Amino acid sequence: MSADTSALTNMTASLNILQKPAAPPSYVSTRNACKLCAPLGASLVFRGIEGAVPFLHGSQGCATYMRRYIISHFREPMDIAASGFSESSAIFGGGENLRRGLQNVSVQYKPSMIGIATTCLCETIGEDVAAMVREYQEAQIDLPTPQLVHVSTPSYIGTHVDGFHAAVRSVVATLATPEPEPSHHVNLFPGMVSTADIRYLKEIAEDFELSSIVLPDYSETLDGPALDAYERIPAGGTPIQGIRSAAGARASIEFGRSIRQRDTAAAFLESTFGVRAHRLGLPIGINETDRFFSTLKDIADRPVPRQHEMERGRLIDSYVDGHKYVFGKRAIVYGEEDLVVGLAALLAEIGIIPVLCASGGKSGALRQAITEIAPSSPGVTEVCDDTDFMSIGEKAKLLKPDLLIGNSKGYGIARDLGIPLVRVGFPIHDRIGGQRILHLGYRGTQQLFDRIVNALLEHKQQTAEVGYSYL
Amino acid sequence: MTDILHERERQVYRKGAEPFQIDCEKQSAAGSVSQRACVFCGSRVVLYPIADALHVVHGPIGCASYTWDIRGARSSGPQLHRLSFSTDLQEMDVIRGGEKKLFAALCELIDAHHPKAAFVYATCIAGIIGDDVNAICKQASEAKGIPVLPVHSEGFKGTKKDGYRAACEALFQLIGTASPEGIVPTSVNILGDFNLAGEIWMIREYFERMGIQVVACITGDGRVNDIRRAHGAALNLVQCSGSMMYLAKSMKERWGTPFLRVSYFGIEDMAQALYDTARFFKDPEIMRRTQELVHQEIDKVMPQINQYRRDVQGKKAGIYVGGAFKAFSLVRALRLLDMKTVLVGSQTGSREDYDQLRELCDEGTIIVDDSNPLELAGFLQEKEVDLFIGGVKERPIAYKLGVGFCDHNHERKEALAGFAGMVNFAREVHSTVMSPVWQFTSRRRKEMAV
Repeated sequence: MSADTSALTNMTASLNILQKPAAPPSYVSTRNACKLCAPLGASLVFRGIEGAVPFLHGSQGCATYMRRYIISHFREPMDIAASGFSESSAIFGGGENLRRGLQNVSVQYKPSMIGIATTCLCETIGEDVAAMVREYQEAQIDLPTPQLVHVSTPSYIGTHVDGFHAAVRSVVATLATPEPEPSHHVNLFPGMVSTADIRYLKEIAEDFELSSIVLPDYSETLDGPALDAYERIPAGGTPIQGIRSAAGARASIEFGRSIRQRDTAAAFLESTFGVRAHRLGLPIGINETDRFFSTLKDIADRPVPRQHEMERGRLIDSYVDGHKYVFGKRAIVYGEEDLVVGLAALLAEIGIIPVLCASGGKSGALRQAITEIAPSSPGVTEVCDDTDFMSIGEKAKLLKPDLLIGNSKGYGIARDLGIPLVRVGFPIHDRIGGQRILHLGYRGTQQLFDRIVNALLEHKQQTAEVGYSYL
Repeated sequence: MTDILHERERQVYRKGAEPFQIDCEKQSAAGSVSQRACVFCGSRVVLYPIADALHVVHGPIGCASYTWDIRGARSSGPQLHRLSFSTDLQEMDVIRGGEKKLFAALCELIDAHHPKAAFVYATCIAGIIGDDVNAICKQASEAKGIPVLPVHSEGFKGTKKDGYRAACEALFQLIGTASPEGIVPTSVNILGDFNLAGEIWMIREYFERMGIQVVACITGDGRVNDIRRAHGAALNLVQCSGSMMYLAKSMKERWGTPFLRVSYFGIEDMAQALYDTARFFKDPEIMRRTQELVHQEIDKVMPQINQYRRDVQGKKAGIYVGGAFKAFSLVRALRLLDMKTVLVGSQTGSREDYDQLRELCDEGTIIVDDSNPLELAGFLQEKEVDLFIGGVKERPIAYKLGVGFCDHNHERKEALAGFAGMVNFAREVHSTVMSPVWQFTSRRRKEMAV
């Protein structure tokens, strides 16, 4: 037994002596973080724009660490450039590094856009990156200069999710044309979803005969085919021209109940250009997906296409087929707040009690969002935001769940408890195909439901006295 | 031809082009997508395997998140090193300073986990906001009665190598603080092996069979109390010299401990390491046991290696690793498989390292310092490489182009050191080079069409 688990066991033992299921002690430190830092989310967004290169203004290590983390999930190249601060840049400012870095990226990658996210280092020394970017663009007036988009992402504020949404907003605010031509397309801001989710969302929009601009779209740039020549910047991504036209769109759809009160891309387009914003939860589960499809139905002014009605019907049919295997089971759900909300919505409608909904995010909206989508949850749901994996593990020991649903980083907890982990979200570092997991819509819910039921069945089979092959 | 940034042109050398010249040990070119990490990374990799120490990252959350349980450094006992602790500095901490938070974090974590020592990594922000990390460490050490050691690893204060040095400085503070009683004259410390996939257990067993006592493993399967008495060992064996040479030199200066540079990777280097050690102790009995061991082990592994060699011989390999010393061993190990190295580079090599590589390699081999994905992809194609050896960040470059890949980094979970490790290495090379999947990738399709 490790030093750590023995300490936990001691703690649990002393709690038992107290005869009350008191909450584990709270800590000042973050122990096994359930979040990443803001520039990672911004880098993902920039990777999902056609011809764009993500660029971090700060130390070299930040870019390398994020690349490694992202590569291990997507199993794809992920180039993030960095201005590479030295000690003197930290003292005298990194303007010169930024300038040389942008030039070198322009020469090597020939990008149409460079997305610049800041690190905590350059934010702390108070770099005026916006001014530096302006100066750079003005100085290069005679040369072809890529579009530059800057987003402020200090890692001491918020998480990778905040960096993600901030980058989407910055891209839109920088590129959207002030006097837009009216367009019939829909802006779709899905948040941090998988490549399979993005491909499926585009397919749904097409089936409604809606032209759509999905931002970001890393469905090909981070899940591409084998090649015979290395692409400096992988093909695919949201076309920049499309983003420019966002202000003239018919409507925007944005996923994420935790960001509904925030100044996001959809909010910006609505307040600045009057583009109607439909702000929905991630479409996971039948109820949340119905809301999404009903929105599409209204915007497109046409009925839900038959194949989607069929998928919905099959999903309900499978809920019925599987309901007894899952009813009353206790699950811990963790990860990004909006994913947690979506999963809680699904669990509530199939009779699994989300005994703990946990996230490292702290939008302040998690509890409210979960109450909204799962008001009739049969058991007690504890909601913990701003938490970490060791706290989740400590609570898990008391809550005795039947399964865990979340990313790879909860594997240790599942292993300690001897219960299954259904892998969803980001990162999936211990399985192949993490980027291809589908979570959204009727089809994604179908796959999640099947995986949840089968994980419970497999666990039951493995731990049963008799090894029946007929369940 | 591969595009190389103007300011990087002198960091690429092709053997045959005279005179030999290569620029290295400099800050990465801005915007070049260097494969390097930072000072913090250097410190963190070196100290990471010390399993009964608390490792606390002082700064905003990223640095701790990205280094949580990512390495295959195994421990035979405590697993404390596999947990990630951070002060997770927030905006108000950045404004008001993070000292109080650091002290509180140290106290609660030491109380909860009872470590034998604590390492506090000061990251970029800790340095910039001027937290007195030394003073807090001293205070915590006094309050809790264990060594609490600051590791000054602010990311912008140099390169990964400076991080190695900061780690060595922290280790040096521990050495000599416990009694060397019970240490025999034929004893060594193993420096610069990180016990990936249990490699140090294999090496340790070889030394024990030779009749040599291993005092401290620094840092693979490392324990604080072993490190504290490391000054009692007769000899330091230094692998991964890029990271550990500073410590070896400091120990020589302070305690007079001599050191040998060794490598445990590949049959030739492994045998050489054992013989060099045996020779140092000038004991015919140790030398006899060493010869016996080497013969036994080689007899055990060669038939398997020969089997793999038949399939992989003649293939072309590229190498891009963190430290250059590992590259020497890899070139030799590949040669044992009759494979040819056509590209070799490292993140942090020195001029001497590259010179040595040049002597080792064939004409036309590309030698590169601090490369980037675009260059590496270009080199792989230019040299028609069949197998690329590197780490996680290099893997997708190879795979995307239909080139086989072998992981030789800290994340790997396969033991590649020692005699048995050479069999694993040959098997891994074989399993990627011989896989039938390449028939579908366009590079091979073109080859097959010719």
